[in-house]
Amino acid sequence: MIDFNLIPLLPEIFLSLIGMGLLIVGVSEGNRSTRVICWAAAAGFAIAALILLGVGWETRSVLNGMFVMDKFAGFMKLLILIGLIASVALSVRYLVQEGMERFEFPILIIFAGIGMMIMVSANNLLALYMGLELQALSLYVLAAFQRNSVRSSEAGIKYFVLGALSSGMLLFGMSLIYGFTGSIDFGVIGRTLGELNAIPFGVTFGLVFMLAGLAFKISAVPFHMWTPDVYQGAPTAVTALFAIVPKVAAFALLMRLLFEPFMALSDQWLQIIYFLSLMSMVVGAFAAIAQDNIKRLLAYSSIGNMGYALIGIVAGTASGAGAVVLYLMIYMVMTAGVFAVVLSMRRQGLAVYKISDLSGLSKTAPTLAYAMAILMFSMSGIPPAAGFFGKLLVFNAAVTEGYYILATLGILTSVVAAYYYLRVIKVMFFDEPIDEFDKDMPFARRAVLLISILFVLGFVIKPSVFIENSLSAAASLFTG
Amino acid sequence: MIIQALAFYLFAGILTLSSLMVITARNPVHSVLFLILTFFNSAGLFILLGAEFVGMIMVIVYVGAVAVLFLFVVMMLDISFADLRKGAMQYVPIGLFIGAVLLTELVLVYGAWQFAPDVGLNLAAPAMRFEDATNAESLGQVLYTDYVLAFQLAGLILFVAMVGAIVLTLRKRPSVRKQSVAEQQRRKAEDVLEMHKITPGTGI
Repeated sequence: MIDFNLIPLLPEIFLSLIGMGLLIVGVSEGNRSTRVICWAAAAGFAIAALILLGVGWETRSVLNGMFVMDKFAGFMKLLILIGLIASVALSVRYLVQEGMERFEFPILIIFAGIGMMIMVSANNLLALYMGLELQALSLYVLAAFQRNSVRSSEAGIKYFVLGALSSGMLLFGMSLIYGFTGSIDFGVIGRTLGELNAIPFGVTFGLVFMLAGLAFKISAVPFHMWTPDVYQGAPTAVTALFAIVPKVAAFALLMRLLFEPFMALSDQWLQIIYFLSLMSMVVGAFAAIAQDNIKRLLAYSSIGNMGYALIGIVAGTASGAGAVVLYLMIYMVMTAGVFAVVLSMRRQGLAVYKISDLSGLSKTAPTLAYAMAILMFSMSGIPPAAGFFGKLLVFNAAVTEGYYILATLGILTSVVAAYYYLRVIKVMFFDEPIDEFDKDMPFARRAVLLISILFVLGFVIKPSVFIENSLSAAASLFTG
Repeated sequence: MIIQALAFYLFAGILTLSSLMVITARNPVHSVLFLILTFFNSAGLFILLGAEFVGMIMVIVYVGAVAVLFLFVVMMLDISFADLRKGAMQYVPIGLFIGAVLLTELVLVYGAWQFAPDVGLNLAAPAMRFEDATNAESLGQVLYTDYVLAFQLAGLILFVAMVGAIVLTLRKRPSVRKQSVAEQQRRKAEDVLEMHKITPGTGI
């Protein structure tokens, strides 16, 4: 093997060593070391991010072409690592409060993180599947982490069974693609498919099955059924993790797959992504209206947001892909902030999840209420909050390519979606106050909330920094 | 050639029949036994393909470990399979429908199957590279070189599976009484026994 070079893999190698080392610490020190291990894991993610910045983001593929490092991979991995730090920081106090202080929690998050980073860098169907399974397996366990709760176990089982089904579809699709092209390497697949005059049936079927498997991972309609149940059932800290990070990785994987090996099939996948995007926006907007549980509401909101992000892929251009990257970044930061608030919804030491529990929050805890209001405004895409720019760029990319119907529907559904975001604000500011929430908001949660708010409000001051970086990251997908 | 064809139809026929029996057998233990038969026959098919290593792994891993584990689970868990099957009939129509759709798709795909124009050039490890090597040798040649990333990741996945299994099942049971020899040895008679002198007819 000529290209044996481990430098681009250093962040992943570092994380796996940290994960195993912390496991040894945990086994010898027991569950009382959970807090220390959580913070050590967060520090590990931060160091991995520094290593990632140091390894160089010029395009190169190593290990028999299985692993690719380019600007896109680097940027997405950086987002994933930041998201992981935020979700670990959010969960430490929650673990104590819910009596699920077990040291395996941060360790499973570390391994899920490695899986996600491999997904982003996969340049080969085998590496893709391995990364996906590593990530998914860790997340199944995390969803069922609260063993004493029936709902959590149910969420874990549901996620596991449906995840296994989607992996099966993905594998079946891969086998068809491999059967046709004779290779699992993205480069070879792309070249072979590019030389075809007519696309045979088998390839289209393979593509459809692979997209169905991946649509499950990003919870696009009609493969979204698991999302509300898993979001509601899983412990809230895990829900925060689910909402913040894995979708960034799955989107990165989907984008690399569609824009690199399957670019020649864009006529075929365009219709599928178009449909997924449309349905996700509509279902995400309308199904969320009837929810009274904030976790279910956020699940439908995430389905809708995935629909908006898919619009950028439909556009199929470098600027569309850049818009998707930016959208995911903004969505990630906003969600982290929202979950910092949701995790603080506790009365007399018990977590509450009803939207009506928020009523009169502006009287009982004004800071929290204003923070949530800013985040909700941003989520619904009201300028000058950051959420507006994400939507603007995505719709702009679609309009430039002539997808007027999709862009119009996107705007219409975001108006519908604004209803349920604004309803939360209405409940907080205009309803009668009820008992106040417990006052102990830990420092880490405050910090995440503060950073999220600063990002949402400060984005408008210098948007070009983020926009240019996202665009140049996405552009590296199109040069190769 | 004719022997190969005969062997193929024999293995394939028994495979199909026994896998049918796996899902129709009333007794779950019989199901598992038929599953073992299915595994043996698919191992036979692999050997016919010239993949003797995969065939042997099939026997060792699936028959030796997985199926025996199934057998243990079936025998040790007190699950009434008849009860589990009760509601299953109502899903038969939709199951048949989905099955029919999938079957049509498969027929469409494989009926008109074609390969890419020069698929032979794309193959990752062309067969001639390992002309004289046995299966195990050729696998060994690529497993730790070309596919080292996938191999290591598979290791990580198994590691996570192990951690996950322990997280989800290991629990401390305060209600279960365990023997602690040290504690037994430490106990002294005067700590736990109290002697009373009782004159007859008075009580304590």
